[in-house]
Amino acid sequence: MSTPASSPSTRILTKGNEAICLGAVAAGCRHYYGYPITPQNDIPEYMAAHLPALGGTFLQAESEVATINFILGTSASGKRVMTSSSGPGISLMQEGLSYMAGSELPAVIVNISRSGPGLGGIAPSQGDYFQAVKGGGHGGYRLIVLAPHSVQEMYTLTMLAFDLADKYRTPAMILGDAIVGQMKEPFVASPYDPSSTAEKPWALTGCAGRERQNLKSLHLKDNAIEVHNWKLHEKYERIRNEEARAESYMLDGATIAIVAFGTAARVSKTAIQWARKEGIAVGMLRPITLFPFPGREVFELARKVDVLLVIEMNTGQMVEDVRQCTPLHDRIAFLGKPCAMPTPEEILERIRTLAGRKG
Amino acid sequence: MSAPVKVPFSKAVYTRPRSLVDVRSHFCPGCHHGTIHKIVAECIDRYDLREKTIGVACVGCAVFLYDYIDVDVVEAPHGRAPAVATGVKRAQPDKFVFTYQGDGDLAAIGTSEIIHAANRGENLSVIFVNNTTYGMTGGQMAPTTMLGQKTSTTPYGRDFRGDGYPIRMAELLAGLEGTAYSARVAVSTPAQIRKAKESVRKAFEMQIGGMGLSIVEFLSTCPTNWGMKPLDAQKRVLGEMSEYFPLGVFKERKQADFA
Repeated sequence: MSTPASSPSTRILTKGNEAICLGAVAAGCRHYYGYPITPQNDIPEYMAAHLPALGGTFLQAESEVATINFILGTSASGKRVMTSSSGPGISLMQEGLSYMAGSELPAVIVNISRSGPGLGGIAPSQGDYFQAVKGGGHGGYRLIVLAPHSVQEMYTLTMLAFDLADKYRTPAMILGDAIVGQMKEPFVASPYDPSSTAEKPWALTGCAGRERQNLKSLHLKDNAIEVHNWKLHEKYERIRNEEARAESYMLDGATIAIVAFGTAARVSKTAIQWARKEGIAVGMLRPITLFPFPGREVFELARKVDVLLVIEMNTGQMVEDVRQCTPLHDRIAFLGKPCAMPTPEEILERIRTLAGRKG
Repeated sequence: MSAPVKVPFSKAVYTRPRSLVDVRSHFCPGCHHGTIHKIVAECIDRYDLREKTIGVACVGCAVFLYDYIDVDVVEAPHGRAPAVATGVKRAQPDKFVFTYQGDGDLAAIGTSEIIHAANRGENLSVIFVNNTTYGMTGGQMAPTTMLGQKTSTTPYGRDFRGDGYPIRMAELLAGLEGTAYSARVAVSTPAQIRKAKESVRKAFEMQIGGMGLSIVEFLSTCPTNWGMKPLDAQKRVLGEMSEYFPLGVFKERKQADFA
């Protein structure tokens, strides 16, 4: 595995999981902590091999509970830091994520999700959508959630995740799955172009030349916790207003619009190309950010098309957010495939049905 | 911060340590947290560590560390202070990092984190306050609660058949290769306070010398939840607690293994 080249046109053939590592390293992340779990082990293995030579630190924790608290400590030190895991491990991190959201500490958490609930299986799944976008841990908070659908985006969205986490002082999650994590395709290792270079005057580095400071989530005095909650709410509203991202794919003149993210969106692109060849006007709105959800785009799109076909690798989670964004519920159709990747053929068949055509 | 009162023809022989915040204590009468804070502050001052220290506060009465010690402090989830401290120290190896944890925190919910931090030889110092109960939540059974001790969740007294035994953390951690220093002290008499300070100094020296994890377990009081007057609580520490939890040094590394 090579390290990222500086030429903006260099194409690298690699796995999605390794592209995440390359993006993290390019964005200046030199601290990675993790615990083994399938299907994301390429990430800790890459970091263990490469971070020491870059002057960084790889540390395998005794659990994901410890991992997220290593992350908390390094983030509190003002350093860019990342971990990766999969569903069961991400569940163990929820306590620490809640503390980090409360203490306003940035970090990047990668979930190469697998099937659940419980130990589930290692098949690709989008069953962690609710956990990722609705907070996950206790107390009411949000994570910034980015959903790559290609190896290229595993690289670029990881860099963006660091920028957004720092800009808003909050943890950001990359929500992938076994397919985008394990698939290999060429990507362009574009140089890191920071969208924000947030100073970190809040970092705990010892109180030389200043008053002592704390990073904490406990607020016992008067109405301090209420004030803190409104402050966090205002931050999440700013994120909603300013950071929603989505890709419009072949939506010109579309009467059917697929709404899908990640691997489900990637497969949908093939089905859309096939359907367009049959003369069916179908396109896709692909949320790149799941929180903030591109609600305005969904609202506008629902008014223009006959059908919004929501496709997910679960039994229906994001579809609830789609419903929330438009009053036109009778235009919403759903294709779910829990714990498996839908095939382009299955998607094409549904598109044909919705278009009133027989295959 | 009040300046020391100047009295003619006199000299100050006793002052508040620089690293101790000049603020009224909120701890209960007879509680030992104040004494332990002062020892920690004195040792921070002794090695001139104040401006390069990051403390890690845990959950429980011990969390209020940041109101009393004049250093940067990050708050950890319950039991996770050694993991948070690991993250701080790995990011800033040149800084001085210590955790301050109660017995519920370190010896129950956080056993995994302390054992693995010690086993890695994480170059940290741990101040562990053992008062045999959960103070902040109202006096429930702790892993260190004595056999027969009545708490709000052992209303008939702790029974080893069902509740298990009080756990001796200083001895347990001394058995791990990565532990550089492990001692148990008390602060119920002036002589004990002097000795406790020696132990904290030694623990801090271990970190300064890069020797690995150092831990000082303090036998401490909780008169409020024990239902005792402060003086009776002191007697309990000197009596039954010291019998079950012997004071002493259980591990002291002479030279770093990591060279």
